[in-house]
Amino acid sequence: MDLILQGVSGAIAKLAAFDPDVLDAAVASIVVSGSATALAVATGVPLGALVGLTRFRGRRLLLSLVNTGMGLPPVVVGLFVVVFLWRSGALGDLDWYCTRQGMVIAQYFLAAPTVVGLTAIALQSADPLLRMQLLSLGANRWQAAWLLIRESRLLVLGAVIAGFGAVISEVGASQMVGCNVKGDTRILTTAITLETSKGEFGSAFALAFILLGIIFVLTAVTTFAQQGRNARST
Amino acid sequence: MLEARELVAYRGERAVAHAARIDLAEGEHLALLGPNGAGKSSLVLGLAALVRTDGELRYRGEPVRDVDAYRRRVAVVFQRPLLLDRSVRENAALGLALRGVSRRERDARAETELSRLGVGQLADRSAIGLSGGEAQRVSIARALAIDPEILFLDEPFSALDAPTRETLIADLAHVLRERGVTTVMVTHDRDEALSLADRIGVVIDGELRQLDTAEAVFGMPTDPEIAAFVGVENVIPAHVERATDELTHLRIADQRIEVTEPPPKGDDFPLLCIRPDDIVIAREAASTSARNSFPARIVRLEPIGRRTRLVLDCGFPLIAHVTRQSAREMELAEDDRVVASFKATVPHLLPRIRH
Repeated sequence: MDLILQGVSGAIAKLAAFDPDVLDAAVASIVVSGSATALAVATGVPLGALVGLTRFRGRRLLLSLVNTGMGLPPVVVGLFVVVFLWRSGALGDLDWYCTRQGMVIAQYFLAAPTVVGLTAIALQSADPLLRMQLLSLGANRWQAAWLLIRESRLLVLGAVIAGFGAVISEVGASQMVGCNVKGDTRILTTAITLETSKGEFGSAFALAFILLGIIFVLTAVTTFAQQGRNARST
Repeated sequence: MLEARELVAYRGERAVAHAARIDLAEGEHLALLGPNGAGKSSLVLGLAALVRTDGELRYRGEPVRDVDAYRRRVAVVFQRPLLLDRSVRENAALGLALRGVSRRERDARAETELSRLGVGQLADRSAIGLSGGEAQRVSIARALAIDPEILFLDEPFSALDAPTRETLIADLAHVLRERGVTTVMVTHDRDEALSLADRIGVVIDGELRQLDTAEAVFGMPTDPEIAAFVGVENVIPAHVERATDELTHLRIADQRIEVTEPPPKGDDFPLLCIRPDDIVIAREAASTSARNSFPARIVRLEPIGRRTRLVLDCGFPLIAHVTRQSAREMELAEDDRVVASFKATVPHLLPRIRH
């Protein structure tokens, strides 16, 4: 109990003093996970729409791969990305090992399956007659898909936030690919691991509070958006 | 305007509806009538090129090859309004927005159609939260705003309560006749079909069985299932005794019946079809021009809406409808003896289906 109280009071002191190490880790987390999620959304939402709205050969296989991807262990992703980015690896020339770019790639592979899978589910659960209605109003396939995504925007937003939530809280892949370089690739989760291993519970709690704060804000955004829609529909 | 030949409509990989021939003239209102699950919606979606079809579909004499271009000349209103989560005006203008019409023009056209359908005052409201009737009016306004050459209506009133439905049907009938829009409507309601259609097609078990004027479909159904669906409750096996130029003489049980319609070619055992409304009930035999009169016993009396359904035994079973007021005034009761009459011009003869 003393340790917890000690840690919490240390955390408050560090947060009140705007501890630069803590802030660096928070900014790095948001930049890396935000970039990875943005990439995942840019590629995952269209792919999710394709899987959710159309029928093509290999669709089931693709869905199985996406579902498998949603449960990928971060350390396995980290391993593969490190192998590719290793100096003698296939992408070694990029020199992205132990950089934020490398971490973005690793987190992209963790976020994208979630975004694809949940977007596909969101669009599959949309009323099939609505797509037919849009086509009958003169929409082409792409216009119909875009309107359906907009109509399912809360579920798609949920998919995006789930993707972001998955990567902002992972540690294994970021640790392996980013090497936890202070002031650069050290993010909230890797910093918490390090500070805890050193017994610096004040710093660890401060970092944990920020991480929890980010997750709380994400959850609040979806909840308010959902409640706002419900209020308008009643 | 629209021609279909041997059109087969699919849902997924399954063929669910077939029409050997449909010809739709410009300005015509056609109703596809049939029981639930008969395949009439699939058929209309096939005509609108919204589901996969086989066979031939020609629009203004040309085969429909560019499906997107064809769809932009027609509009469909579904059973549910299927409005998007945006304002009523934006919903009504959606088809125009998809055609690249400027915001000012599309808003003006959308508002005109909303006002025509009696929901102009709702233009600024969110479409989410409208009542069923209001939402369906917006859906119809959205379809009319694009000025379609053919309007397909897929049971647009079936989810509405009776008073809302009746008002909307009357308003829509007025708008359609005023604008002269060619219309194909799906319904399982005979009154709806009669309110809006010039011709009626009856779809049963995935097949367009009969396509004709309302008078022909309701008066001369081409098979017993159509007869039953259009309200011809009396479909009675009969035997042709002889046929002259003026009358066909039939026998049913011990009763002799005369009809003006000639017997079906080569069939001495046709089915006699009579609508219950065409049978006159009296307490005693009277001298009238009706050539067919039978003493009958009332087996059962069943109130149906404003009418009373009589199940009669005339030596063969016969169903008749009278108004509830008539039933009251004549003090009709079960086991009463009455006289059932109908004119020789009333019955329709169908060939008997032999298995």
